[in-house]
Amino acid sequence: MTNQELITKLKAIVSPYIQDEEAFKNLSEDTDFIKDLKINSANLVDIILDIEDEFDIRLENEDMEKMLDVKSAMAIVNTKLAG
Amino acid sequence: MTVSEIIALLPYQKPFLFVDGIEAISDEGITGHYTFNKDETFYKGHFKDNPITPGVILTECMAQIGLVCLGIYLLKDELNSEHQPQIALTAHQMDFYLPVFPEEKVTVISEKEVFRFNKLKCKVQLLNEKGELVARGIISGMMKA
Repeated sequence: MTNQELITKLKAIVSPYIQDEEAFKNLSEDTDFIKDLKINSANLVDIILDIEDEFDIRLENEDMEKMLDVKSAMAIVNTKLAG
Repeated sequence: MTVSEIIALLPYQKPFLFVDGIEAISDEGITGHYTFNKDETFYKGHFKDNPITPGVILTECMAQIGLVCLGIYLLKDELNSEHQPQIALTAHQMDFYLPVFPEEKVTVISEKEVFRFNKLKCKVQLLNEKGELVARGIISGMMKA
């Protein structure tokens, strides 16, 4: 999967939970889920669960703690898919 | 963990405690009850000369029993004098079917849908004493020790 394909998939996953439409429109690897998209902590868990379903992977607490922005989400998904 | 230990750990008190007892609890769900006293503070205003339990209070009762009591039970191994339960309601979707009047006893039945990364999401029902469905919905919150 290319980075662009991965970002497109992540964008679809986060879209129901975002609060800041403008930040969502300009979503990039540097977009922070909480600071930029204003996602709340419970919806961040929903995103993690949706990522697990979409990519058929299992995420742990340490992954959750690292998954603060698009870039780290991409890195974690890629690592899990490779493993 | 006993029922009285769970209730003692609840962060509520009168007039905003809506838990009288728990009949059954497991890792998968909880059944508990509350009886609305005729002197509850909100009856004076909801409605004028026509006391009916507000939907938000029914939702609160369902959240206190269905989510918070269950959450305390699920966190039991992590709770101690230095780690009290920390809770926040994050979402609910609720449908209401029947009114609840003063002095009515209601039963809350909650089934755990997911408890991961401190988020607890439950499918919750509220029944009256006749066993009729009063309300049902989904409630989510964050729970940690």
